[in-house]
Amino acid sequence: MNFKLNKIIPQLVTLLVVVLIFGFFAFNAQINMDNRGIEFGFGFLTQESSFDVQFSLIDYDGSHSYARAYLVGLLNTLLVAFIGIIISTILGVIVGIARLSPNYLIERTAAVYVEFFRNVPLLLQIFFWYFAALRALPLPQDSEPILGFSYLTIKGLYTPSFVWENLNIFFYSIIAAIISIVVIKNYAKKLQENQGKQLPVFSISIGLLIILPLLTFLTGGVSLDFEIPVLKQLSTTGFIYEGGLSIPPELIALTLALSLYTATFIAECVRAGIQGISKGQKEAAASIGLTPNQILKLVIMPQALRIIIPPTTNQYLNLTKNSSLAAAIAYPDLVLVFAGTALMQTGRAIEIVSITMLTYLSISLSISLLMNWYNKKIAIKEK
Amino acid sequence: MNKLNFLKPDKENITTYLYCGLFLLFIALFDVILSSFLKINITSFLPNSISFLLPLVFGTIGFHLIRIEFSGIKNLDLLNKNINTSTFNAVLTLLIIFAIIKAIPGTLSWFIIDANIAGDTKEACTGSGACWTYIKIWLNRFIYGMYPNELQWRINISFILLISLAFVGLIPSEKIRKFLTLYYVIIYPIIAFILIYYLISGGSLGLEWVETGAWGGLSLTFIVSFFCLIFCFPVGMFLALGRRSILPTVRYISIGFIEFWRGVPLITVLFMSSVMFPMFLPEDFFMDKLVRVIIAISLFEAAYVAEVIRGGLQALPRGQYDAAKSLGMGYWKMHVFVILPQALKLVIPGIANTFLALVKDTPLIFVVGLLEIVGMLNLAKTNPKWLGFAMEGYVFAAIIFWIICYAMSRYSQNLELKYKTER
Repeated sequence: MNFKLNKIIPQLVTLLVVVLIFGFFAFNAQINMDNRGIEFGFGFLTQESSFDVQFSLIDYDGSHSYARAYLVGLLNTLLVAFIGIIISTILGVIVGIARLSPNYLIERTAAVYVEFFRNVPLLLQIFFWYFAALRALPLPQDSEPILGFSYLTIKGLYTPSFVWENLNIFFYSIIAAIISIVVIKNYAKKLQENQGKQLPVFSISIGLLIILPLLTFLTGGVSLDFEIPVLKQLSTTGFIYEGGLSIPPELIALTLALSLYTATFIAECVRAGIQGISKGQKEAAASIGLTPNQILKLVIMPQALRIIIPPTTNQYLNLTKNSSLAAAIAYPDLVLVFAGTALMQTGRAIEIVSITMLTYLSISLSISLLMNWYNKKIAIKEK
Repeated sequence: MNKLNFLKPDKENITTYLYCGLFLLFIALFDVILSSFLKINITSFLPNSISFLLPLVFGTIGFHLIRIEFSGIKNLDLLNKNINTSTFNAVLTLLIIFAIIKAIPGTLSWFIIDANIAGDTKEACTGSGACWTYIKIWLNRFIYGMYPNELQWRINISFILLISLAFVGLIPSEKIRKFLTLYYVIIYPIIAFILIYYLISGGSLGLEWVETGAWGGLSLTFIVSFFCLIFCFPVGMFLALGRRSILPTVRYISIGFIEFWRGVPLITVLFMSSVMFPMFLPEDFFMDKLVRVIIAISLFEAAYVAEVIRGGLQALPRGQYDAAKSLGMGYWKMHVFVILPQALKLVIPGIANTFLALVKDTPLIFVVGLLEIVGMLNLAKTNPKWLGFAMEGYVFAAIIFWIICYAMSRYSQNLELKYKTER
């Protein structure tokens, strides 16, 4: 009896405390909302938002609903996260390998970069790029073309945009190429297991990826045009570029700061992963006659990736969450558009903040579920 | 005289190779230094791209010629082993050296040579470099925020007292040593709170009341980080224990709590504390926004601390639990005397990282209108009398944060060494 009580009483007490706290909050929220005449509910999402967003990936203006504004913010957040993840991965892997370089100067340079950028607050870095570095860029009329067709000005980066025809066929061809690569890879694996023959899978894959989309240009009616930005005078002193793709300076500053910051952490993950593989593995692989390339591909990388990937995914999550700092430089991400402007207009603090938090929470949880599944898949299978 | 083979330098004609190689290297460096410091391009008679690449080519050949294994010259071997192992490495080495040389004049002139620090208005800044006058004039604001000038002694005294009280642990007396943990975990935070409440905030004992909205600058960074550090650690410890508890209710509540805070960005947490949290409190109940912010950041970081500590708990072998139980220890006794001391020792680096993240996150409190040092910089930047000095401000703040964070990470490495016990 005593033994059971020992287990039940602490649980009951914890539960009671949690329920009491939540009940207290809910009770107060009810009273406060009654006093202010607000009804709890999500009906406001369908109302007209009547505010504009500077930068949007989908069609949006003030006549659209709040739900649409939420979508605009979410897409902008995902855009920053996506670009940031790609750049920081590339940079992080390079720096991580550089930190293991036998070359003293390279190792030191990488170390200085890592030590500096990870020890300065991200918000400060975003401010630095946005308010100090990018403000030093030339005005549109004074800017020099980069590579002949892009313009980096104080108002953002202007590059030619692609004008596609029959883009869907092009996409289908890429998908077809990927599927055939998977098939060929499986076939090559079987071939090697059964007959010991090796197919040059890598060159075949590259060939397929280039040839199939190329064929669509020749036969499928796919065509590609460029729209080049052109300088246009608005008034005596005001110039802008028209046409092409324009990337706002907020986006540049944000992705730059996020990538440079997160890359330092990814670099450390990569370094730890490669250092975590014992020298004996390499020597054992060499002693059974594998070439250096095969050692890297078949022995070192699979093991190093097992160490590298979980903390790196964590960094991707951090990057996505950190992209909410966009609000500080007025890049219209989820926090600024929805938890900022929309909240200010509707005054629905509880609903809007909960939606925003739940959105981030579901992004995080889905990525961690994916990561757990992957972890289980690559974990060492012990007998 | 042996035949010279410039494609494959060997030890036989080492002096010839060395002279040739060093000469080429010297030319390459000389060219870069001249063009960087004196703006003279000695190869200007060549086409632009060749003149640009020439030092790199010369340097690479030079490095190639002096790449002689086991030359018997100590310094040369050291050089070859460290920065000149292959052609690719040599090129990278050269690029880094050239980049450093190119960067020196600009950096020096911006930071020191063309910079101004005299005077006390914007007009005193005539040079093309940094305007440190701006930092000098605003330094007071960057450190104390909007805290009234004549009352700043109160902040100074509190901080001096707190810092000196932190060194009590260095007293080697055995008598005091016994109470050290108690002192740091309970007494010290209480003293800190009393000091900040009565001395910095004021409002009683004849001291003028200063509202928290006026606090700011670096001192606010320290206050927020300090209290969050103190609060998040015990909360995180309980959450970690809760997550490993055998009681399902406790475990699931802990998991839910931890995953919730870890899944949302801090900025939304601060939004919640500023716009949503007041709705959850009784109407006539007022909670200062600084207190709300400290609670929000503490809960947020506690979830991260909990995960770090859980890692330490999981790393302990089962034998430790079994041994403690076999001695007849209960749950709390076992954890306080056996498990936690070992687990915490293991996770010092992780906890230090979390604390670093906390300090780096403090600028975010601008969301609720509290201006610590980065916030003060942004305020100063928009002052009409001092427009256009964003760069100086950010560089200044970056250096300060870097020093704080770097010192913390060094200190944690020291702690790690100090408490490292061989198993």
